Amino acid sequence: MAELHQSGIDPAMARRNKRVAMAGMFIAVGMVGVAYASVPLYQLFCQVTGFGGTPQTAVDSPKGAIARQMTVRFDSNVANDLAWTVKPAAHITDNIGKVDTVNYVATNYSDKPITGMAVFNVSPERAGVYFNKIECFCFTEQTLQPGETVDMPIVFFVDPELDDNQELDTIKEITLSYTFYASDNEGS
Amino acid sequence: MADTAHLEAHATGHDASSHHEPTGWRRWVYSTNHKDIGVMYLVFAIFAGVIGGLLSGVMRMELQEPGIQIFHGLAAMVYGIEGGEALDAGKHMYNVFTTAHALIMIFFVVMPATMGGFANYFAPLMIGAPDTAFPRINNIAFWLLPPAFILLMLSLFFEGTGPTALGFGGGWTIYPPLSSTVGHPGPAMDFAILSLHVAGISSILGAINLITTIFNMRAPGMTLHKMPLFAWSVLVTAFLLVLALPVLAGGITMLLTDRNFDTAFFKPAEGGDPVLFQHLFWFFGHPEVYIMILPGFGIVSHIVSTFSRKPIFGYMAMAYAMVAIGFVGFVVWAHHMYTTGLSLDVQRYFVAATMVIAVPTGVKIFSWIATMWGGSITFKSPMLWAIGFIFLFTVGGVTGVVLANAGADRALHDTYYVVAHFHYVLSLGAVFSIFAAWYYWYPKMFGYMYNEFLAQAHFWIMFVGVNLIFFPQHFLGLAGMPRRYIDYPDAFGFFNRISSIGYYITFVAMLVFFYATWEASRKKRPAGDNPWGEGATTLEWTLSSPPPFHQFTTLPKIDSTNAH
Repeated sequence: MAELHQSGIDPAMARRNKRVAMAGMFIAVGMVGVAYASVPLYQLFCQVTGFGGTPQTAVDSPKGAIARQMTVRFDSNVANDLAWTVKPAAHITDNIGKVDTVNYVATNYSDKPITGMAVFNVSPERAGVYFNKIECFCFTEQTLQPGETVDMPIVFFVDPELDDNQELDTIKEITLSYTFYASDNEGS
Repeated sequence: MADTAHLEAHATGHDASSHHEPTGWRRWVYSTNHKDIGVMYLVFAIFAGVIGGLLSGVMRMELQEPGIQIFHGLAAMVYGIEGGEALDAGKHMYNVFTTAHALIMIFFVVMPATMGGFANYFAPLMIGAPDTAFPRINNIAFWLLPPAFILLMLSLFFEGTGPTALGFGGGWTIYPPLSSTVGHPGPAMDFAILSLHVAGISSILGAINLITTIFNMRAPGMTLHKMPLFAWSVLVTAFLLVLALPVLAGGITMLLTDRNFDTAFFKPAEGGDPVLFQHLFWFFGHPEVYIMILPGFGIVSHIVSTFSRKPIFGYMAMAYAMVAIGFVGFVVWAHHMYTTGLSLDVQRYFVAATMVIAVPTGVKIFSWIATMWGGSITFKSPMLWAIGFIFLFTVGGVTGVVLANAGADRALHDTYYVVAHFHYVLSLGAVFSIFAAWYYWYPKMFGYMYNEFLAQAHFWIMFVGVNLIFFPQHFLGLAGMPRRYIDYPDAFGFFNRISSIGYYITFVAMLVFFYATWEASRKKRPAGDNPWGEGATTLEWTLSSPPPFHQFTTLPKIDSTNAH
C-alpha cells in the first residue's frame, strides 16, 4: 500500500485515505467470512426450527396421543449410482402423538457389497419440526452384501404440538421422504 | 525518491498544466486519471452492450413465432449435427444466450457504465476533488474488467452439459444443482464463476476507491449534507457493492469447490443444501438491483433540477431515501424465494419488508415531480430521458409491489410478468438513466455538442421500442407463459410477435444513437463550459469542456449559496 500513487495529496491525507481503504477491505473480507459462516449457521437454524422440512430427533417418549388423526406416507428415491432398490413402507393412519414403527426394505442387487446412506425430509415442510424420529436407519451408514435384503425400521411419532399450529390446520397427511446415496467408502 | 518529490511539488502549489501529460496508448493503458478511466469504462460498457443487445435480438427473433426457428439451425452450423440432436443442442444454446445476455448486461454494461464510467468521471468533479483517492487502484479496477469479460466469452465455447452443448445455460442466478457437476459437468460453468470473481474484485476495488474519495477529498466547505445527490448515490452504491459482492464471491467459491474439490456445501447427498445457495445468491442479488439503479436516481435528480431551473425538492429526504433503500435492500432477499417453502411467518415478514421499500422510492418519485412543479422546464434531450426514466421506473416499481405479495408471486413466479417487471426497472429504468447521463454530460466529457434532433429521435424511437417489447410481456406472464423456454404454445404468439417488433424498433434507436455519436464527433460544435444555463449548478459546469487533464489545483470553496 505504501507505493500507492496519490496525485497532489499530502501525506496526512494519504494516511487518512489508507485508513478508509483498509476499513473497506476489512468489510469486504469480513463479508466473505459471513458468507462462509452462514453455512453452519444455516444448518443449525434448520435443525432447530425444522426449516425446509428438517425432521427432528428425539430420545424421550411423547407427551401422549391426542384425538386428531394424521396419515403418514413414506417415499423413497435412489440415486443413479447406487445399485439398490428401496421399497418404502406402506402409509399408516394413527392418532397424533402415538409412537409407530414401520419398515423400509432395501436390496443390494449388485454382486458387490455397497455402503449407502440416506438423507430425508418432510413435506409439507412446516411439519418437519413436529416429525420426531426415535430410531432410524438414516442415523448410520448401512452396508449391504451382494443380493442381501434388509428391513430398515423407523420409530417415530408426530408431536401433538402440531395441533396448535394454525398453518397446519388443514393438513391431514405428512410425507416422509428418503433419498439414498452411495457412500464414498463404497464396497468397504 | 521521485515519488516523494512529485508529492511535494503538488503540495507546494505546483501548476497542473506544466505536469507532463501522457500521450498515445500509454495515456489509456497506464491511465491513473479518473476522467480517462471513466471514458474507458463507458467505451467498454458500449462495446459489451452491443454484444448483450445482439444476443437478446437472436432470442427475440426465435420467440417471434411459436416453434423453433433459429437455434436448431445455429446448432447445426456450430456442431455439424442434424434433426433431433440439433433441436436439443439449439434448446441448450437458447438458454446459454439468455444467461449470457443477463450476465453481460448486469456486470459488463450497467455496472461499468454507472459506477465505472459516470461515477468515476463525475463524482470527483462534483465534490471538487483533483482525482480519486487511489488512481492506480482505479486503473487496476478497470483493467480487471476485460479479462473478466473474456472469461465469460470463453465460457460460451467450452463444454456445458455435453459435447454438443457448449456454454452455461442455467440462468444468471446459477442455482445448483443445475450449476453443479450434476447439471453442468463441463468447464463452462467454471469459466463463468471465475469471470464473476474477477468482475467482483474489480467492482469492490472501484467501490473502495470511490468511498475513500467521497469521504476524504471533498472540497473545503462541502459537508456531506451539501454534497450533490449524484455523489450521495455513488456513496450508497459503493457501500452496497462492498457489502454484497463478497457474499456472491463466497457463494460462487463454494460452488467452485463443490464442483472441483469435492466439498459439499450444496450437495444434499453429503449433507449440503442447495437452498442455502439461493439465500447467499439473493443476499447479494437483491442489493445488486439497487446497485444498478441508485446511480440513476442521482443522475436523474441533477437533470430534473437543471432543466426545471430549480434546486431539487427535498434534498435531505432525497439523500436519506437512497440510504434507506440501500439499508432495507439487504433485508428483503427472500422475496425472490417465496416458492422454496418458506413458512408463512417468514413470507409475511418478507412481504412487509419489501413493501416498505416503496416508501423511500415514492419519496424520490414525488420529489422529482415536485422539483418539476412550477419550474421553468425545457424539454432538452437529457430531460426527456430523465422523464422517460421516471415514468418507466414507476411502471416497473408498481409491478414490483404486485410481485412483493407472496400469494401473487406464487402464480407469477418465473413467468414473463417477472421478466417485464425487471426489464422495466433495469433495461428501461437504469438504461434510460445511463442515456440521460450520456446526453447530459456528453458536452462536458467531450467538449462538443451533439445534434439535439438526433438525440430526441433516439429517445422517442427507443421509448416506443422498449415499451413495445416489454409491456405485452405483462400480459404473457399473467396468462402463464413461463420464462427461460425456447418455445411456447400458439396462444402466446400474438404478444410475442409484438414484443419482437419492439426489439427491431429499439435496434433502429441504437443505430440512431451510434449515428448521433459519430455525427457529434465529426461536426465538432463547441459546447462551451455550461451548455445548460443557470439550472446547472454543480461544480463540473464551472470547468472547461472537456475539463483540464488535472482539475481543481486550487480547491474550490463551497459556501451555503452554491451547495448542491
